[in-house]
Amino acid sequence: MNKVVNDFSIIVGTKNGSGSSTANTTILRAIFKMGIPVSGKNLFPSNIQGLPTWYTIRASKDGFLARREDQEIVVAINPDSFTKDLASVAPGGAFYYADDIKQPITRADIAVYPMPIKQIVRSDTSIPNDFRDLVGNMIYVGTLAHMIGIDLEAIHAALSFHFKGKQKPIDMNLNMVKAGMEWAKVNLEKKDPFYLEHMDKTDGLIMADGNTAAAIGSIFGGAQFVSWYPITPASSLAEAINDYFPMLRKREDGKFTYAVVQAEDELAAIGMAVGAGWSGLRSMTSTSGPGLSLMTEFAGLAYYAEVPVVVWDIQRIGPSTGLPTRTSQADLTFANAIGHGDSETIIILPGNINECFDFGWQAFDLAERLQTPVFVLSDLDMGMNQWMSKPFEYPDKPMDRGKVLWEKDLEELKGNWGRYVDKDGDGIPYRTIPGNKHPLGSYFTRGTGHDEQARYTEDNVTFKRNMDRLKKKFLTAKEYLPKSVTHMTEGATIGIIAYGSTEAAINEARVQLEKEHGMNTSFMRVRAVPFTSDVDDFVHAHELIYVVEMNRDGQLQKLLTLAFPEAAMKLKSVAFGDGMPASAKWVCEGILAKANGAHTFEAVAAADNETSNNGSKGAN
Amino acid sequence: MSQLPMAGAPANVNLVGLVKNDYRGNPTTLCAGCGHNSISNQIISALYELSVLPEDVLKFSGIGCSSKSPTYFMNRSFGFNSLHGRMPSIATGGLFGDPTLKGVAVSGDGDTASIGMGQFKHIMRRNVNMVYIIENNGVYGLTKGQFSATAERGLQLKKQGTNPYMPIDLCMEAVISNATFVARSFAGNPKQVKELIKAAYSHEGIAILDIISPCVTFNNNEDAHYSYPWGKDHESPLQDITYVPPRSEIMLDEELKEGEIREVAMHDGSIIILKNLEKNYDPTNRFEALRVLEEAQRDNLLITGLIYIATDRPTLADTYQLVDTPLNRLTESDLRPAPAMLDKVNALMF
Repeated sequence: MNKVVNDFSIIVGTKNGSGSSTANTTILRAIFKMGIPVSGKNLFPSNIQGLPTWYTIRASKDGFLARREDQEIVVAINPDSFTKDLASVAPGGAFYYADDIKQPITRADIAVYPMPIKQIVRSDTSIPNDFRDLVGNMIYVGTLAHMIGIDLEAIHAALSFHFKGKQKPIDMNLNMVKAGMEWAKVNLEKKDPFYLEHMDKTDGLIMADGNTAAAIGSIFGGAQFVSWYPITPASSLAEAINDYFPMLRKREDGKFTYAVVQAEDELAAIGMAVGAGWSGLRSMTSTSGPGLSLMTEFAGLAYYAEVPVVVWDIQRIGPSTGLPTRTSQADLTFANAIGHGDSETIIILPGNINECFDFGWQAFDLAERLQTPVFVLSDLDMGMNQWMSKPFEYPDKPMDRGKVLWEKDLEELKGNWGRYVDKDGDGIPYRTIPGNKHPLGSYFTRGTGHDEQARYTEDNVTFKRNMDRLKKKFLTAKEYLPKSVTHMTEGATIGIIAYGSTEAAINEARVQLEKEHGMNTSFMRVRAVPFTSDVDDFVHAHELIYVVEMNRDGQLQKLLTLAFPEAAMKLKSVAFGDGMPASAKWVCEGILAKANGAHTFEAVAAADNETSNNGSKGAN
Repeated sequence: MSQLPMAGAPANVNLVGLVKNDYRGNPTTLCAGCGHNSISNQIISALYELSVLPEDVLKFSGIGCSSKSPTYFMNRSFGFNSLHGRMPSIATGGLFGDPTLKGVAVSGDGDTASIGMGQFKHIMRRNVNMVYIIENNGVYGLTKGQFSATAERGLQLKKQGTNPYMPIDLCMEAVISNATFVARSFAGNPKQVKELIKAAYSHEGIAILDIISPCVTFNNNEDAHYSYPWGKDHESPLQDITYVPPRSEIMLDEELKEGEIREVAMHDGSIIILKNLEKNYDPTNRFEALRVLEEAQRDNLLITGLIYIATDRPTLADTYQLVDTPLNRLTESDLRPAPAMLDKVNALMF
């Protein structure tokens, strides 16, 4: 049997709320500590305790970090998902299970390792009863460690990190890991080919989740006011801000330069954030789809009243009774048109942990420069899962507070200013901030019923002039928005466009498409709507473009089609949304289904006709 | 920032050197005879007499007839005419920018007692430093005469028929929601309105002022609770109230009648003087406040005056222990942590 080293996936099936996340992140971190590229994804239900939950870990010597459908190693701790877990083991894989689950093993094509978890835990009398189930999870960590070769030192480091150096829980858990290792050493015979070996591919990297990165980035952006309402998967963003603010903005006088308010709902969360933005603060809120729906009216008002505010939307699936704990990219068209009447919003799209940090601070610069709400669309997979990342990089630009007039500015202007006057011809007016004591400094804020001096009017000509200026401002925005990330392949006529967290899957899929199907592709990950000029160039430089995204309706493809109607026929939607993080397999299969084996414009058009005639579609 | 008046300044100049005109707004666009206009005038008079610098006031409102009125006073103040029922959240965030500023907000019964009920309750819970005036007429005016949630049961309106629901008593809601200042007045009693606005402005924290302000167009049947005739007949003042700012000698108003006088100290050192008409009403007693409201409801009376006050609760801004410089005057050096801090953060990651 040939060894398979550093290139396989592990899935652990447990019960929600059973404390297994400590065990699972310990495995993840230990593999990372061994220098092996690794990713971990928590696939959890909307439930506090009891329902089945899975954690997937992928080790990849080649650095592919997307989710994989195939699981070579399956650990089954939950009797309720035992049958499903057993069936999910890839042929030739390994199946570890708690031996108190008395269910038939129906597979002969895999290696099977029963683990007497309860027995081992009971034999350690130093463990209090209440902790037995919790630390019991460490038995499978130890068993796996022995069988696939996870370093005890690396596990120790992971536990020390997890328990923030607290010796008692570290020791209690580490002892269980050791017990698991000892037991496996004596009792199990290795019958599968999967091994981990040290590499140096994670040197200088960190592990973090996107919400923490966004929180820290926001603080380095000078966040001053954060109002929020709890919602999965966005809560951990605001909670991380709460965690890091005291350390990062500590002052000698013990007073605070910021305020975090847990609002009564999302209506109030964005209301407070808009109020704070209006009063001159770097202000933000964070939410997910249903919360964003509630924020709609204020978002529209803030757009018209030209109030800077940052809204993080950690996308997930649908209503609270949908799949609220599963990832998605389905808020894009909604965020794009959020509000009422003619409103087009600024959206930026981080694609990895570093960008969550960078857009954390850049979003404030954009909001204040453009005097408008800025929406940052992340997703559950990026926001809540641990990812390998380069260390966060310090902002390379000073803060851009935009066009603000204080007392001395107004004195120089002899009070000659108007809140909505387009003095610079870029559609962006000058604003004053409450507290400005100049007698001519104040203005009255309302929606669109105002003239350039912010005076009330319902005059049709004035209204249209103002709306046209807002449009001009939206076009000006393109100069300030982050450009796309592009990977060009020499001679490729096929392009892929995507955004956000799907990049890992797409990068892997592109290698597969090239090696297995002879399809060369270039790739552009867009990072803002409205689209920056490089998107125009990319669209027109390719004969065919597959727009890959995690939703049903091909929302990015629709926005691209609206932006580039002349290219509509060559923008092909590869959209798929089932709540699972993107995998290379679905990207590949989606593109191939669309291409129907042929990679020319004509062939795809023909395939399109055929599938629509048949009334059935593959990946749409 | 304010300048004291020069010696020999004209008598109509207040302590910050301004005349009453400096407190005015645009001409009203509400109906002639609307109680709301009278309240706007009393806001102008009260803040002028208190010598408040207009730039120290932030005006807020929601949506409705009443919410239009911030345009009609204090043109030199910043203002935000926001969304229906969500003035409290805009104000809560808006007052964080510079906590030396004070909010003066105007809402209506439609804006506060229906869609705004949640935010109304929560701004009281948070004790935001703001005067919250509800111009209460029991009816939706701007959408032309529908029942509001404060309309009494059995009220008849032209297009709506008879109101089948019980009314919401906003003062009672305020008292049970831990508002730190709750008062009720009647737009037809301008002197009391003005004195209560002064007292409310001097209160540090949320000050709820429920002012019955009859709608001359849609709800002014003689028997309706929110009509002028009903209000005049059923008004039952708790106290004669005179507000004395701390910067001048305490003097009794010449109109003050005989009776027991009680002084209530405000946070800023100023004092309001209450004259109890019927008995020793103690507005610092929450139980008493609920009792008089309950009795008024039973007796079909309009209790006016200061119903409840608590001076021992920190304002929202106090709770957050903000730096002395207003947050919106802080700059990059205050707000962006140093590069070394990012190294520390990176080291904290696994």
